[in-house]
Amino acid sequence: MKNPSINNPYIARSPMVAARLLGGEMMIMSAVDSTLFSLNEVATAIWQGADGATRLEEIVRQHVCPEFDVEPALATEDAEGFVAELAAHGVLLVSDQPISAPAPPRESP
Amino acid sequence: MSTLMQELNDKALALGVPLSVQLDVTYRCNERCIHCYLDHDDHGEMTTAEMKSVLDELAEAGVFYLTLSGGEILMRMDFFEILAYARALMFSVKLKTNGFMIKEKQADRIRNLGVESVQISIYSHRPEVHDGITKLPGSLKRSVDAVRFLMSRGLKVIVANALMRQNMNDYAGVKALARELGAECTIDPTITPKMDGDESILALRIPDAKLQEVFRDSSLFGNVEEFCAPPAPVGDDVLDSLPCSAGHTACYISPYGDVYPCVQFPLPSGNVRKQKFLDIWRHSSQLNEVRSIRARDLNGCSGCGHVGTCTRCPGLAYMEGNMRGPSWADCEKSFARTGIPSPNMLARMAAGSAAPAFLPASFSLVQIQGLTA
Ligand code: SF4
Ligand code: SF4
Repeated sequence: MKNPSINNPYIARSPMVAARLLGGEMMIMSAVDSTLFSLNEVATAIWQGADGATRLEEIVRQHVCPEFDVEPALATEDAEGFVAELAAHGVLLVSDQPISAPAPPRESP
Repeated sequence: MSTLMQELNDKALALGVPLSVQLDVTYRCNERCIHCYLDHDDHGEMTTAEMKSVLDELAEAGVFYLTLSGGEILMRMDFFEILAYARALMFSVKLKTNGFMIKEKQADRIRNLGVESVQISIYSHRPEVHDGITKLPGSLKRSVDAVRFLMSRGLKVIVANALMRQNMNDYAGVKALARELGAECTIDPTITPKMDGDESILALRIPDAKLQEVFRDSSLFGNVEEFCAPPAPVGDDVLDSLPCSAGHTACYISPYGDVYPCVQFPLPSGNVRKQKFLDIWRHSSQLNEVRSIRARDLNGCSGCGHVGTCTRCPGLAYMEGNMRGPSWADCEKSFARTGIPSPNMLARMAAGSAAPAFLPASFSLVQIQGLTA
């Protein structure tokens, strides 16, 4: 499931999820619908690179290709599907603009 | 448990990761529930800074599921600071509360902090029964209001109904109330001794006849015939299995920093004020002893026909004097479910001490009914 509306988006980790590394793979639970995800190592690398200031293709180029020895085009195509799925559950934020500081949850004043 | 959750649990077990921790932030409480096992005086709770440091250590240790409980969590003035800190560390946080102090503003804050779920204790749908148990007038209304405030903000709420003699006929009413509110509902007939070992509150446990009735309620247990069937013979897989998650993928930390295998298993295993959490988790001799126990090592239980289906709690067994032995409360439950007495029950009867002092007088009658059924 791709998001056709945004090409090569900026992505950021949602502050509304729970996440922890377990044996090199990220466990994530969406606070929106309590869906539990376990990301493989490639997806974990994308998740960790999702700082809101970097576009998806760049994240793939920096964090996935060198580490996992895959073609950028192929890796980006896979990453788009993964990003769309996590975005649908509110786990990743997607935008055509940089996403300012995806800060962890804070107390509203 | 979902398949993925089971897989993550197995992985955590293999890696020695404490996946779930319950941290009680205080034992103080605004209610005085008659069945409560806690001493509500403050004997030196961890400070805000100490709480944050423990949370850092738990995150580093790999803890994912964090339950913040008490006492009443909102008795701490710094509760939201602790909660915000925990959420910034990305724990999946569940709160246990009586809800009395949750109004719209607190519900907003809980929602904004991305809490996974909130469990609220409700003893009865009738104010006179609920408030009679909590000893706090108006508490049912306030707890129900809290459920409403949280639900209306899209939070997942679980109504926890602890069953005792005072409210044993009200669980259907509580379930209906939870349904009306849109909340989930759990019912638990377990009453544990007080932390200081005082067993007087065990007299509040519901009588066997009522327990039998509860276990035969298909709205609670689905297929009653299956649930209450005599246990099937077990193989090595059951005898080699772990008694429960306590000390394996889960543990409990008190407001004073004491670490135990579980909130219901008060075996002192270390203190985070004196030692790093991970050192305790990995090297505590007490936790390692708990980890070494398999079902086949349990005196009395390994030869008991119920061993494959019994809910035996090692913590209750420990409180009864032997963590490698049976737990009387679970012998009672297995008996109430199936009508078949455990060897532990038969041995006590043969010894002329059929049951601990707290056991209801109906014991022998119920047992005869069970045997002849
Ligand atoms: S069985 Fe008892 S000790 Fe084990 S996790 Fe459950 S309550 Fe805790
Ligand atoms: S019924 Fe009693 S003796 Fe049998 S397994 Fe359960 S706790 Fe052990």
